[in-house]
Amino acid sequence: MKLVVTIVGKDRVGIIAMVSNVLAENNVNILSINQNIMDGFFNMVMIAEMKDSKIKLQDLQKILSDKGQEINLDIKAQHQDIFNVMHNV
Amino acid sequence: MITIDDILETNRMITENKLDVRTITMGISLRDCAHPNMQQFCQNVYDKITTSAEFLVKTGEDIEAEYGIPIINKRVSVTPIAIAAEACKTDTYVPVAEAMDRAAKEIGINFIGGFSALVEKGYTNGDRILINSIPQALTVTDLVCASVNLGSTKAGINMDCVREMGEVIKRTAELTRDRDAIGCAKLVVFSNAPGDNPFMAGAFHGVSEADKVVSVGVSGPGVVKHALEDLKGADFSQVAEAIKKTAFKITRVGQLVAREASKRLGVPFGIIDLSLAPTPAVGDSVAHILEEMGIESCGAPGTTAALALLNDAVKKGGLMASSHVGGLSGAFIPVSEDAGMIDAVTRGSLSLEKLEAMTCVCSVGLDMIAIAGDTSAATISGIIADEAAIGMINNKTTAVRLIPVPGKKVGETVEFGGLLGYCPILPVKSQFSSEAFIARGGRIPAPVRSLTN
Repeated sequence: MKLVVTIVGKDRVGIIAMVSNVLAENNVNILSINQNIMDGFFNMVMIAEMKDSKIKLQDLQKILSDKGQEINLDIKAQHQDIFNVMHNV
Repeated sequence: MITIDDILETNRMITENKLDVRTITMGISLRDCAHPNMQQFCQNVYDKITTSAEFLVKTGEDIEAEYGIPIINKRVSVTPIAIAAEACKTDTYVPVAEAMDRAAKEIGINFIGGFSALVEKGYTNGDRILINSIPQALTVTDLVCASVNLGSTKAGINMDCVREMGEVIKRTAELTRDRDAIGCAKLVVFSNAPGDNPFMAGAFHGVSEADKVVSVGVSGPGVVKHALEDLKGADFSQVAEAIKKTAFKITRVGQLVAREASKRLGVPFGIIDLSLAPTPAVGDSVAHILEEMGIESCGAPGTTAALALLNDAVKKGGLMASSHVGGLSGAFIPVSEDAGMIDAVTRGSLSLEKLEAMTCVCSVGLDMIAIAGDTSAATISGIIADEAAIGMINNKTTAVRLIPVPGKKVGETVEFGGLLGYCPILPVKSQFSSEAFIARGGRIPAPVRSLTN
């Protein structure tokens, strides 16, 4: 099942390293990374594959959200389908 | 290929523009609960509801977390009790309402609809008992919603019931006078009521529905308004296009949630209701969309046309996004539940008469409107008759949810709290009597347009 991880916040060193560490520890495979700066905010979107992971989505969401809060970032992890259905006919 | 901008747009709709799934409603048939003994019937009802919807709230919470979309309400609707309870040897259905209330609290939902009767062509014994039980039922329970359908394009209008419902509304207000007539906020009088509406207070599980279904109502007035903010000065073709595309996106979210809920609960998917439903929260107002289109204050000239465009564009966009569309599917204009409507009433731009005109082009009707407590039953019946006629002639659903607040007059405000909001008392032209009109009774015949064969 594909996951979309979005990270929004003020840019700093180590963001990608932190998030990809959490995903790697849980056997979640990163498929693509996209990043831009908009209105002074750092925005990053990662698409990842959860099928070989043992962790439940809601638990992963909590870990990412908590770690994000430690460094003032808003990190969400969502099932990819919500984006697919909205932006495809 | 989804782009980063798509993803950020979706999440912005949720966090900034209040996109949410307004309700997941499970419709449950109580046709198999029938029993001559009232206690046994109530037990059957309690058991059927609590077993069928045991995991409804948890499923809603799980989907909310995994997809990142708020699912505000989880609700249940049942077969109109006037039908389900008809076999019981009794003269009151208040115990049924109490059983529904207990069941609703047990499974953790926030409203249960279906304490209802369908009387557009006439009464059965069960209908009479149900209608008589409404005031007491809505007083002693917290979560039960009641509705009566008294008109339709095919059947005409049951004017005996129109007269009776004016009195029922007054009695319900009186019995709940210490809570600002909140009983009336849980009672809807309909014409052309659909059997698959997922929104309260008018939800009931129609008799032609499957044993159980799950339906969804989405909402995003804030999202639509946001889409129009970049179109200042643009012509109406562009406005309609923008609303259509936004409605598509909003409805797609509802479709996804409904499909997931259906899969996880093992219950067939019913419909998506496309209605734009506001809340009193900031940024969640239908009135503000109309004002964004260029009306200085909702209710001023141009409002009805704006609402007609909005309602139509929402339907066109939403229709493509969903496999099955139903319920009310239009724009809601509940006064106390829309911050922009409340302000418009306070400013004086929005009157009951203008709201009546607006009900010709949108769904629902005169909804969540507080009026002076001394308004007569006949006047209330007159208002109901007017709305029923609009629905009957235009082949659409119309409804009345009026709250005559005992002890309050024009110039005062009533506060219901939560999603029911608050509102100033609206003036009604009650200085001219409708008594003789309402006293006639009988049936207004079905209009010629009902002959569609």
